[in-house]
Amino acid sequence: MTIATPNSPPRRRSRILLRRQDLSGLIWQILVVGIAVAVVAWLWSNALHNLSERRISTGFAFLWREAGMPIADTWLPYSPKDIYLWAFVVGIANTLRVAVIGIVLATVLGTMIGVARLSANWLLSRLAAVYVEVLRDIPLLLQLLFWYVLMQGLPSARGAFRPIEGIFLSNRGLVLPSILIGSPQLWVLGTAALGFVIFYALRRNLIARQMRDGRVRPAWPYALILMIAVPALVSLGLGVRWTVTWPELRGFNFVGGLTLAPEYFALLIALVTYTSAFIAEIVRSGIQAIPKGQWDAAVALGLRRSFVLRHIILPQALRVIIPPMTSQYLNLTKNSSLAVAIGYQDIVSIANTTLNQTGQAIEAIALIMAVFLTISLSISTFMNWYNARIALVER
Amino acid sequence: MTSAAEAPRSPHSSGHAQAAWARNRAVRWLRANLFSSMSSSLVTLLLLAVIVKGLIGLVQWGVRHAVWMVPGNDSSACKAVRGLGACWAVIPEKYRFILFGTYPYDQQWRPALAILLFIALFYLSTRRNWWRRELVYAWMVALVLIGVLMWGGVFGMPFVSQDRWGGLPVTLILATFGLAFGFPLGIVVALGRRSKLPAIRSLCVVYVEAIRGVPLISLLFMASVMFPLFMPGDFNIDKLLRAQIAIVLFAGAYLAEVIRGGLQAVPKGQHEAADALGLSYWRKQRLIILPQAIRHVIPPLVNTFIAFFKDTSLVLIIGIFDLLTTAKTAIIDPPWQQFSIEVYIFVAAIYFAFCFAMSRYSRHLEAQTRQGK
Repeated sequence: MTIATPNSPPRRRSRILLRRQDLSGLIWQILVVGIAVAVVAWLWSNALHNLSERRISTGFAFLWREAGMPIADTWLPYSPKDIYLWAFVVGIANTLRVAVIGIVLATVLGTMIGVARLSANWLLSRLAAVYVEVLRDIPLLLQLLFWYVLMQGLPSARGAFRPIEGIFLSNRGLVLPSILIGSPQLWVLGTAALGFVIFYALRRNLIARQMRDGRVRPAWPYALILMIAVPALVSLGLGVRWTVTWPELRGFNFVGGLTLAPEYFALLIALVTYTSAFIAEIVRSGIQAIPKGQWDAAVALGLRRSFVLRHIILPQALRVIIPPMTSQYLNLTKNSSLAVAIGYQDIVSIANTTLNQTGQAIEAIALIMAVFLTISLSISTFMNWYNARIALVER
Repeated sequence: MTSAAEAPRSPHSSGHAQAAWARNRAVRWLRANLFSSMSSSLVTLLLLAVIVKGLIGLVQWGVRHAVWMVPGNDSSACKAVRGLGACWAVIPEKYRFILFGTYPYDQQWRPALAILLFIALFYLSTRRNWWRRELVYAWMVALVLIGVLMWGGVFGMPFVSQDRWGGLPVTLILATFGLAFGFPLGIVVALGRRSKLPAIRSLCVVYVEAIRGVPLISLLFMASVMFPLFMPGDFNIDKLLRAQIAIVLFAGAYLAEVIRGGLQAVPKGQHEAADALGLSYWRKQRLIILPQAIRHVIPPLVNTFIAFFKDTSLVLIIGIFDLLTTAKTAIIDPPWQQFSIEVYIFVAAIYFAFCFAMSRYSRHLEAQTRQGK
């Protein structure tokens, strides 16, 4: 600025140019944001006007009114006399119940099918390929309706299928034997959970020590002690009684046991089978992404096939698998909202009923979106954490 | 297969030896692929047993005990074999309704022609030597033609309002228009998300993440319930169009993410070279960046198309008569109420045919790109 150097004129020009570019960028931004704000404001003023004309009050005050809607299938205590807020909580619980169990089962099934697709056995790999192709190319909603119709077509409770003693499959759903869980039982389960946490920390320690001196220290005795023996001792010491309730046919329905309603069961099957087809493809391409040399090297060391898969291939494949797997988990959770089509009362279905009963459209849909955005963000946060943990550590 | 490749070449000396050689080859193939080890043999036998049993059951139900035709609207023959055999008779009885919904019966050649036009368009678009400017014109002409066919009101075709449309044409319209408008939207949003201007970038991020974070159903609910609330006074548009807008917005967000992946794959040097040529931002994107970016992501784009085609079936929930809704409605008819499985299988076959063709095509493209590299 102080002394005019020979090359100052071009520099100044470039600064002006830059400024002009900045200016056009600024104008663009103001324009786009202005239009966006104007559109939203216009929509909002329309909405306020329409709502006042229809005498619908805005706000979430309706959440504290009596819901008056029946919810048939829930694991939480609920009666139609409860408030809307509690009905929403029950809906969220129902969504999570199907999503969490669905994610676990779909992962297990999908991994098995993905591995089967790569099997050396021609028949097995072809069969897995057909499974994937058929399930992927038919809309989930159609599959869901199909499963639901199949459920309804099952014999009544009296003629229920009994694949294994104590398990009944009928148009009332799937009935399983269950274990009575009260607070003494919870203590024992808590001990086992604590044992799992301790075992996990211990295992990390063992692996770290193995890394140092190369000696293999088996971890399973600790698992046995911490997760089985100690809880068993606690159970004996406290004198906890484990009672299994077997379902029984009384009249036209079952008494005792755990009942998975046909709606829930159909939704679970549809979500699990559909998503497992996608997961199978992800697992397959993840395994195939590992260079063949890794297999050859491991086999040359004389390792067994199952050992190679578990300790050499899968840890590397996981890095490729995790990101697309995350989006499949998100898809499954979002797809669980199809429940509304068969009358399983998840959050979307309950919000929809609320909307019809109270006319609070904006609030109900805002709640749906808030719930799903929260679930989506939690899943992606967790998976990102896991992904960072297993990511390649370059040494 | 490996052992077959290692096998000695076929000796052409005599027919007898040739047969023996072929038998040998078959045995070798079986040994390598089905009975390579104890466990593999066990799996093969187990699977064979399951497959044979399943196939026998399926043939018994679907062919042997099935009822193919019934006189009139009388389903008593079907009810007699219920549980034992399939009632395919429901398909000839109902297929017109399933495919075309409540479209006037004597005018149904028009939606049928529209379907054929759609299929022809899809086919043309898959041919690489057709990827030219003319294709865009062909699309425009064909879409106008489809509109004329569906609505009518000219050339002596009576007018049919869109609340009487239904079935496969509606599914194809929702999917095609969703993509035709969602694609440009996706390009703009993808560019916006990579823009250096913070306000525009954050706007695009919010749009994409908000749409991708919620299920399509909630967007469709929004379109069907909330749209009238957000419009001034009595202004309202047709339900089909509202669902179409929701699907376009949904498609835009997902396609934007796919296209963004392609944009990231374009090397920086391309940007710099374009800048050095003095191209403006839009010309740079249109002539240099986008053609390369989109070529990178054609296979995932086709996969997104498949997902959309299937997702259009969700409009069932807000009561729009697409293919799945007409199928579900067709079996409300009391005599046929119990035969929904057969109808669902029929509709599933239609969806499958479209999606399978697309997924084959995507795999073919992937193989082509791999070869090109």
